[in-house]
Amino acid sequence: MSVESAYRPRLAYRHAVGTAFRWITAAGALLGIVLLALLLTDVARDGTRLLSWDFLNAFPSRFPEQAGFKAALWGSIWVIGFTALLSFPIGVGAALYLEEYSGRGRLTRLIQLNISNLAGVPSIVFGILGLQLFVRGTLGFGPDLGGFGRSVIAGSLTLTLLILPIVIVAAQESVRAVPSSIREASYGVGATRWQTVWHHVLPQALPGILTGMILALSRAIGETAPLIMIGALTFVAFVPEGPGDPFTAMPIQIFNWVGRPQADFRDLAATGIIVLLVVLLAMNAVAVYVRQRTQRNV
Amino acid sequence: MAASANQVRFARNRRRHLIEQAIGGALFACASVTVVTTVGIVVILLGEGATFFQDVSVIEFLTNDRWTPLFASKNFGVLPLVSGTLLIAVGASLVALPIGTVSAVFLSEYASPHVRGVVKPVLEVLAGIPTVVYGYFALTFITPLLRDSFFPELGPFNAVSAIVVVGVMIIPMVSSLSDDAMRAVPVALREGAYGVGATRFEVVTRIVLPAALSGIVASYLLAISRAIGETMAVTIAAGATPHLTFNPLESVQTMTAYIVQVSLGDTPHGSLEYRTIFAVGATLFTMTLGMNIIARRVVGRFQETYE
Repeated sequence: MSVESAYRPRLAYRHAVGTAFRWITAAGALLGIVLLALLLTDVARDGTRLLSWDFLNAFPSRFPEQAGFKAALWGSIWVIGFTALLSFPIGVGAALYLEEYSGRGRLTRLIQLNISNLAGVPSIVFGILGLQLFVRGTLGFGPDLGGFGRSVIAGSLTLTLLILPIVIVAAQESVRAVPSSIREASYGVGATRWQTVWHHVLPQALPGILTGMILALSRAIGETAPLIMIGALTFVAFVPEGPGDPFTAMPIQIFNWVGRPQADFRDLAATGIIVLLVVLLAMNAVAVYVRQRTQRNV
Repeated sequence: MAASANQVRFARNRRRHLIEQAIGGALFACASVTVVTTVGIVVILLGEGATFFQDVSVIEFLTNDRWTPLFASKNFGVLPLVSGTLLIAVGASLVALPIGTVSAVFLSEYASPHVRGVVKPVLEVLAGIPTVVYGYFALTFITPLLRDSFFPELGPFNAVSAIVVVGVMIIPMVSSLSDDAMRAVPVALREGAYGVGATRFEVVTRIVLPAALSGIVASYLLAISRAIGETMAVTIAAGATPHLTFNPLESVQTMTAYIVQVSLGDTPHGSLEYRTIFAVGATLFTMTLGMNIIARRVVGRFQETYE
């Protein structure tokens, strides 16, 4: 009796607090979405005026009405293309080593720890690394190896190192998801380790690897700071014709336009952002498509 | 006859074995690229930083409160850049940690699977937008908005607009990682609490949040580390004036923005002014690495394991 009287459930109050809290959390989640919508409408409002086919086909100019995105668009395609060619084999190779070849020893743990640390290194630090290693070809002491200069390949190598941690982790996850019964069946009929990996593990893991790869590349295509560090040019009136050519890239061109005081150039920056976001959206759509197709198959 | 067949088989096995070895070696080489990357970063920052510290004492670097390496009268005190960086990082955390946390609670505890399946990826889009776009947003939307509504004196370059956009861009780190941490709390714990009559609010605040605390704190640290390393949005929005100030309405310069400024300018390579970027880069690298290591320790030490 006394216990019952000491306990006051205060149910109405507690439920009111609960309801209020529920709405606060929903408002928090909604706020993020609203901010995203604001950002997109801000860009769309400023950028659609100058959006046209001419914009994609013209080189930068002192006159905003004539300025275009061609050099930046093709520069990005060159850089990202080489980044993909370099990071795919290295990333998949590293993931296969960690998942299929190495033991669970100290060395593996060290590499794994190192990868997760690298993922947290600011991109501008990768830019400093790329500037010294790939542009100048020096570590700051010892022989000068001669770098690649301010070229497409120097940019691709820098971005490759930047996204490798993402590619490796994604590839590891999809390799790990391949059931071990498949490996055991392959070993059981006498296949070697590489035959097992090449004919059975990789084909199964490939869609997941590709999804991770596309997402990593979509991170690389928006990267600005490391490319500024390695000296991507801001005023380029040509399209690169080879990996040794100088280049600019979409985010660099946008940064250049944002920094000018005239309002017309700011609008031009917004137009560039629209193109960049459309490219990103397309890449993500491909990634989602690849993922969903495989989910259906398994 | 049989012997030669065996010899053929033996030779083939040996060749196979050699190929296996070679492939294993090649894959190991791929994995070591990441280690070489880290070694390269450390060697370059330490090596070039060391030549900088031959001319400027570490004491001056760490205690002088003026940073004017590009001016005629040179001062090499990193404090204004560190204070600018911390101002942005702390401010952005004040924006992102509360919003991210309540969003994570919503995703994990209140949203239906359908709503969660829509809201979580949309929030993650915020992390996928290039940072140069956030810089544009700060300059052309946030700053005019703040000037028209709260701070009529606000200049075109100011810390507060950078704080807002960096905060927005790190919301998804907090919301997604904390959501994962909360969803890892076993249902049995919640059911136990419901069983003794707790409301959902009480279950969330007294059971789920404490149980997921290590993951939530780790997500905070990773988000702050990202804010410290953020470059383009602060370069565009916060300006290029290194001030030892904690007033968010002023223009400041972060460590990252300074490095960009030098690499965009025509400072001759090899000069003392140029070598500042390695000293500043080393400071930045040390700060973010420290945050990431602490984050991992927090998860390792305080994680509650339920079997």
